[in-house]
Amino acid sequence: MVTADNIVEIRDLSFGYEEAREVLSGINLVIPRGKVVAIMGQSGCGKTTLLRMIAGALRPSKGEVLAFGQRVDRMSQDELYALRRRMSMLFQFGALFTDMSTFDNVAFQMREHTGLDEPLIRDLVLMKLHAVGLRGAAQLMPSELSGGMARRVALARAIALDPELMMYDEPFAGLDPISLGVIGQLVRRLNDALGATSIVVTHDVQESLKIVDYIYFVADGRIVAQGTAEEVRASRAPYVHQFVWGEADGPVPFQYPAADYREDLLGVRAS
Amino acid sequence: MNRVNAVVAAVGARVVGGVWRLGFAARFFLVMVKHSPTAFRRFHLTVREIYFAGVLSLIIILVSGLFVGMVLGLQGYDTLARYGSSEALGVLVALSLVRELGPVVAALLFASRAGSAITAEIGLMKATEQLDAMEMMAVDPVARVVAPRFWGGVLSMPLLAALFSAMGIFGGYLVGVVLIGVDVGQFWSQMQSAVDFREDVVNGVIKSVVFGIAVTWIAVFEGYDAPPTAEGVSGATTRTVVTSALAVLALDFVLTAFMFRGVR
Repeated sequence: MVTADNIVEIRDLSFGYEEAREVLSGINLVIPRGKVVAIMGQSGCGKTTLLRMIAGALRPSKGEVLAFGQRVDRMSQDELYALRRRMSMLFQFGALFTDMSTFDNVAFQMREHTGLDEPLIRDLVLMKLHAVGLRGAAQLMPSELSGGMARRVALARAIALDPELMMYDEPFAGLDPISLGVIGQLVRRLNDALGATSIVVTHDVQESLKIVDYIYFVADGRIVAQGTAEEVRASRAPYVHQFVWGEADGPVPFQYPAADYREDLLGVRAS
Repeated sequence: MNRVNAVVAAVGARVVGGVWRLGFAARFFLVMVKHSPTAFRRFHLTVREIYFAGVLSLIIILVSGLFVGMVLGLQGYDTLARYGSSEALGVLVALSLVRELGPVVAALLFASRAGSAITAEIGLMKATEQLDAMEMMAVDPVARVVAPRFWGGVLSMPLLAALFSAMGIFGGYLVGVVLIGVDVGQFWSQMQSAVDFREDVVNGVIKSVVFGIAVTWIAVFEGYDAPPTAEGVSGATTRTVVTSALAVLALDFVLTAFMFRGVR
């Protein structure tokens, strides 16, 4: 199972913010080099938590997390920072630095981590912005960008130092159909152009099925299904079917667990 | 009995919670000091914060200083005239400002103008995941965001207090000499001979440095520790102003007790 071709490996991982309640339990997954892998599941099922654990922002209570063949869960702060220079994350709402222009946002990591001259940084930033189609917006402030543009600037910032591993946290959330398609295509194109590996955490089935190579489904803190896009579309497994086709009721009930409806309304014990 | 237990438990929980937070704040201070070399190595980051915390506070500090000095002139003259020593007005204005009002009022104004802004900015950066993003880019937010703001505040505070005192003395001069007609020579010469550099001015500067550290520390800590929600940030901003004000007044008493004991 341990091969050099897996950028990320997670073995038997469990995690809970409180001891009594586990958010994730017994997770096993591998992210092969060069692939775009989606982790899907409902909101609040622990997908983002999983991403944070790959980046070492959270430590599992049980199990192992390996990135580039190294144990992330045992790293010191300095080792984590060294690791994070090889990876990058796109946050759900972009998380652009609001006190800096678009240009300075993209230049941020170059200025922090490299000794490059300012003219060279300028060229690199413009190239990154051109890749996401926003070279013309270099001097705008984040408050002047639309949601879709902000997401693209954040993407340009994330690829600033050509990371080997890209992690996307809900890249499609809250976007209009055009921006959605643009971001989806960018995720795929940048992955292939940079020779990177990508993890996309999302609940947008239709958009992500177009671009990803492999999918893991997470529900109740476990991996309940996995497969390629075709396998997932054809799947008869009740959970996957409900999720992919967006049915209101199924293995995931429409109703949050509650007391008996009749009893609640009429104050009488149901017979 | 149960109710008594509940009250004791609630009080205990608050006390323990407070001690925990104090511990966190102390550790945060140490981490901040550890990362401070960055704030000086890349001094342009700190200069930017001096602009936001210091330069942008100038208007409120200068105008308040002027009015406080003018009020001191009126009140001081009224009291001194009863004892027939209205020429000592310059001494009264200068000593009250340099020893007490300058550092204390400037610190209170600084906490409400700059401290609250620092807390809100850091709190919102946290709420919008900007600090998380920075950490993901292998840049320590304490070194890049917090330390420059801390030192920007600490360096600005004594300068603001000095300007406050200077404006106040000018206000006292306007009211005492120009308006009321106290002898101008007496006003300045008595001030010059009665105000001691080491005893009065330096002690006032020490106070303003201590207040600057306290207020800015509280501001950056509250911002960094704020729950990442709108409610959390607004609560943290309020706490910054309230805690800073209490800390400044309490520290002022302690410092004054050490500095001015009536022994010359």
